[in-house]
Parts: sequence; structure tokens; C-alpha cells
Amino acid sequence: MKLQVNGQTRSFEENDATIARLLQQFDLTPLRVAVELNGMLVPRAEYDQTKVHDGDHIEIVTLVGGG
Amino acid sequence: MSDETYRIGSFEFTSRLFVGTGKYTDPETMVRALDASGCQVVTVAVRRDVLDAQDKAQKGSLLDYLDTQRYTVLPNTAGCFNPQGAVRSARLSRELLEGLRNPGANWVKLEVLADRKTLLPDPVGTLEATRALVELGFDVLVYTNDDPILARRIKDAGAISVMPAGSPIGSGQGILNPANIRLCLEYLKEDDPDYPVIVDAGVGTASDVSIAMELGADGVLLNTGVASARQPVRMATAMNHAIQAGRLAYLAGRIPKKRYASASSPLQDVIAPASTT
Repeated sequence: MKLQVNGQTRSFEENDATIARLLQQFDLTPLRVAVELNGMLVPRAEYDQTKVHDGDHIEIVTLVGGG
Repeated sequence: MSDETYRIGSFEFTSRLFVGTGKYTDPETMVRALDASGCQVVTVAVRRDVLDAQDKAQKGSLLDYLDTQRYTVLPNTAGCFNPQGAVRSARLSRELLEGLRNPGANWVKLEVLADRKTLLPDPVGTLEATRALVELGFDVLVYTNDDPILARRIKDAGAISVMPAGSPIGSGQGILNPANIRLCLEYLKEDDPDYPVIVDAGVGTASDVSIAMELGADGVLLNTGVASARQPVRMATAMNHAIQAGRLAYLAGRIPKKRYASASSPLQDVIAPASTT
């Protein structure tokens, strides 16, 4: 399946992967990110259950330096 | 002096300096500058995470360096040019800070900016976003321009603090319009003397911080003035002194400005009286 992740098209072998699996693929620590799926915030507690599908838009954000 | 506490919403702090975490040349300098500043609150931004291993190694993560056990983290909505974007950003930062168990999870420094050249706040969008975020249960600290009328409207909308700009973000121009900051303070505090007002943005050097505090501000938020100084850690120390000096001077009460001199040494009983008038 193809996903739009942080504005880039990314291909994944697994269909119906979970957010948790996606974060694992990118080697991201779940506690250090927040995730939006198609514009809606996905609460951390739901990463294991929330599945992503072909064509989904995903934003994975973190905290960076700012004023 | 350093024991004097004040409140912002449900928070209680002693340091009145808020320091940003952006623009430092390296993370070690940031860590040392934050320490030297004496701040208890640091600001951060929310951005897309780095996905590729190579970029990750190169960029590093703020969270590898920032001690989120020590500082209360105040996330901003910088880079948002409309209320919808600001609300999204606030929700994401809340999720992040809850994950980190940081006490700053429920508050947000709202910025709704108008354009990239001036980075001045969009007053209409700012007010709209304030209402939306208050509705969603956020404790909202609102970056705004130094318009006293707008400041009052933002407070009435439920902001827990109004943060008028001294001058444009990162400009180092200092407090361009002290008369307006004074009016903001008067309007925001007239029936509510403890309502926190924090001067945000534009600080170039230590005296700018003191001036804001001498006007009666409750605190100052800065980033570039320290991060881009030739010696950030030394400048952070200067800002730490300046915030305390300004606060003390405000509490002590400055003398009114007079047109003529007023001798500090007695003019009587001098050994050789002056013949001039």
C-alpha cells in the first residue's frame, strides 16, 4: 500500500498495518511523537489498534526547538 | 527576591524569564544557556518528525537534550497562519507532552501569524483561535501585538495570559512602544492585578528585559536574544540578572523624571560657596 507520511509518498509491504507498526518501521519512539491520521489526532493508547489503509494521510510530529 | 512566587493559571513559578529552545548553534550550548538563564519554563515547537535514519543521525532530537523533568514545557503554535492550524498544533503538542508526563501538557502559547516577513500576529485569527482553544479546555497564553484593546478582548475570551510583543519576533528591536505595553498592563490588570502579562518577542539585550519588567510586566519570553548572541551562555546569565533587576526596580518604585537636577550632596555648608546662581 501507499501512504502519504509527512507529505511524502511511502510504500509499505504490509496492508492494514497499525500506527504502532508504522512507528516501528521508521524506528520512532512512540512517547516522542504525536500522530494524525487523515487530519484527526490518534491518541497514543490507540496506536496498537488503529490501522492505516492505502492512500491515508499520516502526520508524525515531534517537539523541536522553538521560541 | 528569588523566592517571590507568582501564578499563571494553575502554575506557580519564581523565575519570570521564559526561554526558547530554537536557533542555538548546538544542543550543548542550549542546555547551558537554559541553565544560566534560571528559567523554569522553556518553549518548544511542533514539527514533522524525521523519518529517515540518515537524517535522524544528522539532526538529532531536542528530546535527547532537553530535561523535561526539570522544565515546564510551553509548546507554541509558531508557523501557524490560521486558527485551524493552531488548534491542530495545540492538540498534537498536548498529546506529546502528556506522553512525556510534562506538566505543560495542557497549556499552549498561541501564535497565529499574519505573514512571513513581519511574523506579526493576525489579530482576528488570534482572537478566533483563543476562543476555540479555550473551548477545547486548553490553558492559552496568547502572543499578540501591543494593542491594549485587542489585549483586553483576548483576556475576555478566556486566555490565562496575554503576551504582547515588544517588537517583531527575532528582530532584537527591544520594546518599541513602552506606552502601549503600559496601557496593556493597565487594561489587563485594572480589576485583576495578578493577571499575568508576559512581554514576548523582540528582546535584543539585557536592558530590554529590564525595561519590560520595570513597566510592570510579570515576565519576559525570549529566544533569539540569547540563542544568537555571540556568547549565548553569558547572555543568558545577563538576562537572568536583568529580569531580577527589572522586577526589583518595579517593586521598589522608580523616581519621577524631573526637568532639573536635584543634588544628592547637601548644597549647604560647602567650604567655598558658589557665586553663580
